[in-house]
Amino acid sequence: MNPLAVIGRVVISALGETGRLSVFTWRGLSHVVRPPFYWRLIAQQMLRIGYFSLPVVALTAFFTGGVLALQIYHGSDQFNSESIVATIVALGITRELGPVLGGLMVAGRASAAIAAELGTMRVTEQIDALTTLATNPFKYLVVPRIIAAMVTLPLLVFVGDVLGIFGGFVVGTQSLDFNAGVYIKTTSDFLELEDITSGMIKSAVFGLIIAMLGCYHGFNSKGGAQGVGRATTNAVVASSILILASNYVMTSLFFSS
Amino acid sequence: MSSSIPTKDAKIELTGIEKRFGKKTVLNGLSLTVPKGKSLVVIGGSGSGKSVMLKCILGLIKPEKGRIRVDGKNMLKATTQEREKVLTKFGMLFQNAALFDSLAVWENVAFGLIQGRNMKRAEAKEIAIEKLGRVGLTPDVGELYPAELSGGMQKRVGLARAIATDPEIIFFDEPTTGLDPIMADVINNLIVDSVRDLGATALSITHDMASARKIADYIAMIYKGEIIWAGPRDEIDRSGNPYVDQFINGRADGPIKMDVLKP
Repeated sequence: MNPLAVIGRVVISALGETGRLSVFTWRGLSHVVRPPFYWRLIAQQMLRIGYFSLPVVALTAFFTGGVLALQIYHGSDQFNSESIVATIVALGITRELGPVLGGLMVAGRASAAIAAELGTMRVTEQIDALTTLATNPFKYLVVPRIIAAMVTLPLLVFVGDVLGIFGGFVVGTQSLDFNAGVYIKTTSDFLELEDITSGMIKSAVFGLIIAMLGCYHGFNSKGGAQGVGRATTNAVVASSILILASNYVMTSLFFSS
Repeated sequence: MSSSIPTKDAKIELTGIEKRFGKKTVLNGLSLTVPKGKSLVVIGGSGSGKSVMLKCILGLIKPEKGRIRVDGKNMLKATTQEREKVLTKFGMLFQNAALFDSLAVWENVAFGLIQGRNMKRAEAKEIAIEKLGRVGLTPDVGELYPAELSGGMQKRVGLARAIATDPEIIFFDEPTTGLDPIMADVINNLIVDSVRDLGATALSITHDMASARKIADYIAMIYKGEIIWAGPRDEIDRSGNPYVDQFINGRADGPIKMDVLKP
């Protein structure tokens, strides 16, 4: 076997997949701005993607905030700089951990569900049936999920930010003997609006990634139950990796100056 | 190919359709005419290209070559909007019904009315219940979900959905596959009645000869991606074509060879 041929095949396959995903994304986004809009489906998807993800995002954020407070405290006491705990918890949660962990949690939950649902619809010809009923599957299936994910992810992350900071506050005041008033004042002094908005912008992009990859893999699944399972796994893995990679790019853009 | 299907007043015209998947040629210059207001059944074995042909007409698959005209409009050169407009003339019964399992039965039947024609839900529901009655299902079935129905009932709901918008053209994809003989005959009768009442043009694909004989005005046989015989239903028994004879009589021996590994 020629190793160059193997590398070539992998590269061509990856480029082909990237091209297909780009075309799919372009088609999806182009339909987002063109009527008709299925408001009932958009609301339904907001409920499924956003509201039902609230418990998992809230718990993740709360415990992450608590753990962060503990770790920073034990790391910083060697330099007698325990006072930075509140600041780092607030900045860490709002800038990075809130959006990224929230995105990953929703990717695991919603991207998998989208891929499984659309994949099943594909292999049982329900997507073909939509076309025969003069309904564009992109508008009916993809657009509501994109809009719902891009709107609800920032809201989820905002709730996560509040609960993450609260988790740090609870651990700080209950276990580490911080004064509650001082902790709150330090947090509010150092936290700026752009820390929160940057996280929410990131999470809107993560929402697009989650919905788009779930829809793409579901739409293109084939081969029955096994194909649907493969689509689900690929959607979660691909969206998680893309969330982490895009987070690096966005952090570089937002905070490089 | 011998064909005695009239080409004048054609509702659907396929000319020289070629479709390949990788190295496999599925449709090999297929040409076929469906006359307006008539029921044409395409028979052929598994893998002969029947379903691909239907999907090409609907625009779900794009052929490499050929021309597909519906009411004289070339579907392969139509824009998305033009194709969506033409598709409002269509109704289709899928092999496994392809009902939307997230929607109640009445919503499935009313789907084309609500989404395709912007009809109010209450009005569409009334029509859906009426169409369910046409296929022998009571209004209470409308409130159930597809997973709660038997295969025969799903097929009937699929038929109700296909006729809900009073389409000009109805496609039936293996309408009796997987049904017991009595339910298959019930579905065949419903198809005949629905097509007659609507005055629709029907194109069906099947390998069930009893079904083909019952619902067809014309029959065409597809083999290796080509139409090898087409003509009036009553002439199929004297087609003089050995492939057709072997298929309609269900004989293992003949010019059509099955790839079966013998021990």
